[in-house]
Amino acid sequence: MSASATTGAQAGAQTQDGLDLYRRMRLIRRFEDTIQSLFQKGEVHGTTHLYSGQEAVAVGVSSALGDEDRVAGTYRGHGHALALGVDPQGLLDEMLGRATGVCGGRAGSMNVIDLEHRLMGCYGIIGGSIAAATGASLALRRTGGVAVAYFGDGTTNQGYFHECLNFAKVMSLPVLYVCENNLYGEFTPWEDVTAGRIEARPETFGIPAVTIDGNDVWVVRDAAREAVGRARAGEGPQFIQAMTYRFVGHSRSDPGAYRKPGELEAWRERDPLKVARERLVGALGAGDADVDAIDAEVDEQLERMVQAGLAAPYPQPGPVPEFA
Amino acid sequence: MPTLDFRTAIRDALDEELARDERVVLFGEDVASVQGGVFAATPGLQERHGSERVFDTPISELAITGAAYGAAVNGLRPVIEIMFGDFLFLAMDSLVNQSAKFFYLSGGRGSVPLVVRSAVGAGGRFGAIHSQSPIGWFHNVPGIKVAAPSSPSEAKALLKAAIRDDNPVLFLEHKRLYGVKEEVDGDVPDVPLGRARVAREGADVTLVSVMKGVGDCLQAAEALAADGISAEVLDLRTLRPMDTDAILASLAKTHRLAVVEEGPANGGWGGEVLAVAAEHGLHDVDDVWRLATPEHPIPYSPPLEDAFLPGVEAIVASVRSRLGAASH
Repeated sequence: MSASATTGAQAGAQTQDGLDLYRRMRLIRRFEDTIQSLFQKGEVHGTTHLYSGQEAVAVGVSSALGDEDRVAGTYRGHGHALALGVDPQGLLDEMLGRATGVCGGRAGSMNVIDLEHRLMGCYGIIGGSIAAATGASLALRRTGGVAVAYFGDGTTNQGYFHECLNFAKVMSLPVLYVCENNLYGEFTPWEDVTAGRIEARPETFGIPAVTIDGNDVWVVRDAAREAVGRARAGEGPQFIQAMTYRFVGHSRSDPGAYRKPGELEAWRERDPLKVARERLVGALGAGDADVDAIDAEVDEQLERMVQAGLAAPYPQPGPVPEFA
Repeated sequence: MPTLDFRTAIRDALDEELARDERVVLFGEDVASVQGGVFAATPGLQERHGSERVFDTPISELAITGAAYGAAVNGLRPVIEIMFGDFLFLAMDSLVNQSAKFFYLSGGRGSVPLVVRSAVGAGGRFGAIHSQSPIGWFHNVPGIKVAAPSSPSEAKALLKAAIRDDNPVLFLEHKRLYGVKEEVDGDVPDVPLGRARVAREGADVTLVSVMKGVGDCLQAAEALAADGISAEVLDLRTLRPMDTDAILASLAKTHRLAVVEEGPANGGWGGEVLAVAAEHGLHDVDDVWRLATPEHPIPYSPPLEDAFLPGVEAIVASVRSRLGAASH
């Protein structure tokens, strides 16, 4: 094989890999659009916290993980789950409260668990993910695995954050803390309620911390690969602050009136899907048609999923065992 | 006959389970130290089982409990020590919102094999926030078990059962029991969680309690026997799940039942015992009542604390009074 053919094959693999990352992000975006629409129709209940705008973080981090690793997500966790390969139909059915949901309809939007797909849980109260991943790493250090905790900027002001980062560092645990800084804790700008720099906090504990562009899936993946590699090599906990932005309100009842003028529009220019498409058709040599085809396929997938989900049975009330 | 003290019973149970199952780990504040924690229950375990399986933690109840949960859902069987029961309030999110709900929310596909050891109980002049027995707080939480042993042999058997159980178990050690000794002949037999025991047979009244209260009830029963009153003593051993069959069986025999609870009656577990009697055994009831603590924080001063607690004399006086009233 000639050198140019090898390079061509490598480029083809890179392009395909990029298209796969794009497809996963597109699936999350359209999943969240679908949840919003089903919510408005009364088919999704309670409340939801959508991941729209932050897709590159979970997809980038997940692409750096192995089968032996485990993840703790948040109440904004649909993206964390889908990025790990949780069955989209099972996740949708869970949101619809159906028996075919990934937790049988018991958990709902904020509390999804799927151990088979490495998701130890999503945590409805901030900080729970940090504790869960810290503890998971006590088990995973026996098998070479790394635990990942996702959490937001607001969680850095919570007790779990400080207790667990210290705990993990003194025990040199293989855990990666991923702070998704989307600039707002619920409705409040993070800088109004957070003293100093977020990345200075892990640094105080001696935990290596980087701040990255959370809307570029390749940047996220590179940072995650480095951090996971160090954790796996026994270098202790690692910290990534991924700067990103949610395109929707905190929860379904939030119109986002607190946003600064022009802020949403500016971040829309940095939409992780737009960033990925530009790189795909630019440096990675994919065609617009390749990306358009993914968009169409994902749209069709969601349509089929909604039909199946709405036709799925509800769980039947009845006695359940209290204990394992 | 050889004797077993409560502290050693705890340590032996941990030692045997650490040796039996390498998934078992033990951590908490000072548990790996030479003294083996503030209550000296765990000395020597780190030397025997290594620092990866037995280790000290920062003073971080949230992190200890949360990490134990995360470890439990990923294959370990952690035993943690929360030094005083009063500190459990710092860890409620992890215990109540995460550990207790995981089995149900996961559709039964995962569980949390976790034991939380904690020292509870008054009588040691520790004051209002180092003396509580916060059982009511957990009694209201589906998915968690609560074990409350009354003697060294019970402590050893119940702790082993708790470690082998696949659910989160709160294991309560009454501070006034740590020094208690008991004659034990050979190995302690296994005891399943959720099963009460009749600690003393009787015919006229049933005294129901746990932990130190069981010993108080046994002493009271001895004193009452001198009056010709035959008291049965029921040691619930596990408060959640509660052995309702044993409560109803004893009630059917004696028709009178008193609960001795070290804690306020409002929202306490004693109310649940009485509810069981009323809901399922009303036809057997001549009299049921509770001896609990006053509705104010636990006092420090010795005469105040002694008067606060439902001790042997109070139990005897109460039974005499209620049975006297009932027989005339």
